[in-house]
Amino acid sequence: MNALLAAAPALPLHEAGKYVAGAFVVFVAIVLIYVAIMAVRLQRMSRELNELNTAVEARERAEAAKQAEAASR
Amino acid sequence: MYGKGLRALSLATFAAVTATFALVFFYAPLDADQGFIQKIFYVHVPVAIVTLCAYIVGAIFAALHLKTRDRRWDLRSYVVIHIALIFNIVGLLTGAIWAKASWGHWWVWDEPTLVSFLIVFLLFATYQPLRFSIEDPERQARYASVFAIMAGAFVPLNFAAVRAASPFVHPRVLGTANGGLPGSMAFVFVCALTAIGLLFALLVSYEIAAKQTRWQLRALRRRLLGGDAVAPLGRSAAPALGAPERPSGPAAGPARGGGRGSHPAEAAS
Repeated sequence: MNALLAAAPALPLHEAGKYVAGAFVVFVAIVLIYVAIMAVRLQRMSRELNELNTAVEARERAEAAKQAEAASR
Repeated sequence: MYGKGLRALSLATFAAVTATFALVFFYAPLDADQGFIQKIFYVHVPVAIVTLCAYIVGAIFAALHLKTRDRRWDLRSYVVIHIALIFNIVGLLTGAIWAKASWGHWWVWDEPTLVSFLIVFLLFATYQPLRFSIEDPERQARYASVFAIMAGAFVPLNFAAVRAASPFVHPRVLGTANGGLPGSMAFVFVCALTAIGLLFALLVSYEIAAKQTRWQLRALRRRLLGGDAVAPLGRSAAPALGAPERPSGPAAGPARGGGRGSHPAEAAS
């Protein structure tokens, strides 16, 4: 292994650049994938919250109608 | 409110990561031996350090869960280990790229540091299947905590054993007699470690906030629409927050006091 290291001097920039870019791209890509997954989850929660809002509004309208009906009697 | 301080943490992480990338490419000097390829060091080593520290933090949270029986510690332990696994994959991939560039091989099996890092990854990769295999949430949390403590204790032991191994092929740059970083490189390294530590903390905070919000929504749906409107819980590796759910209608008001949504984490919010 030491011989292997000794036989592996510094790579020239045009050759090393792709490896360095590869390492940083892997890092950024995995973080971005995670952020995309979080965004999908957030959308799902937002949709669910909208459903709940709609249900609450419907319930409030029904209760208001009931109260109005009771008041008219 | 969930996700308190997320905005400040997000801004700090963004600033730290951007500044670190700029420092790595425009300030840090080229390494005399490896040249430009050594720039991988500023992402690979901090990611590896943060990963190993995170496993230990996960074990500490698991111990706190066993001590206090508070499910929030189980959630924290689960999320920390979950994100640490992702960072572990980043560490393995960036390490493989660096190995290919420096040594001409993607992987070297007789290199103790590489193999030990892989063993730690494989050990913690069994954490999720272990949780998934246990259906009862209480037992799942307890067994997973015991596993996290044992596996977390293995991390420093493994690290010490590898450090004590005589043939050093993997470069030792921190705290060794013949190594050590020059000042400017050490400064950039500390910046990189801080940035990646902040990124880790940010992802953990996001994940915890997302999980707690999802459970809060579930509890709210049960209260508003009744148990029938909530899809039954399937088997999951993720911690269940709160007490077991019982099917009930909206009139019964099930989640108000003892429903699954009444977890202390939610009550505290």
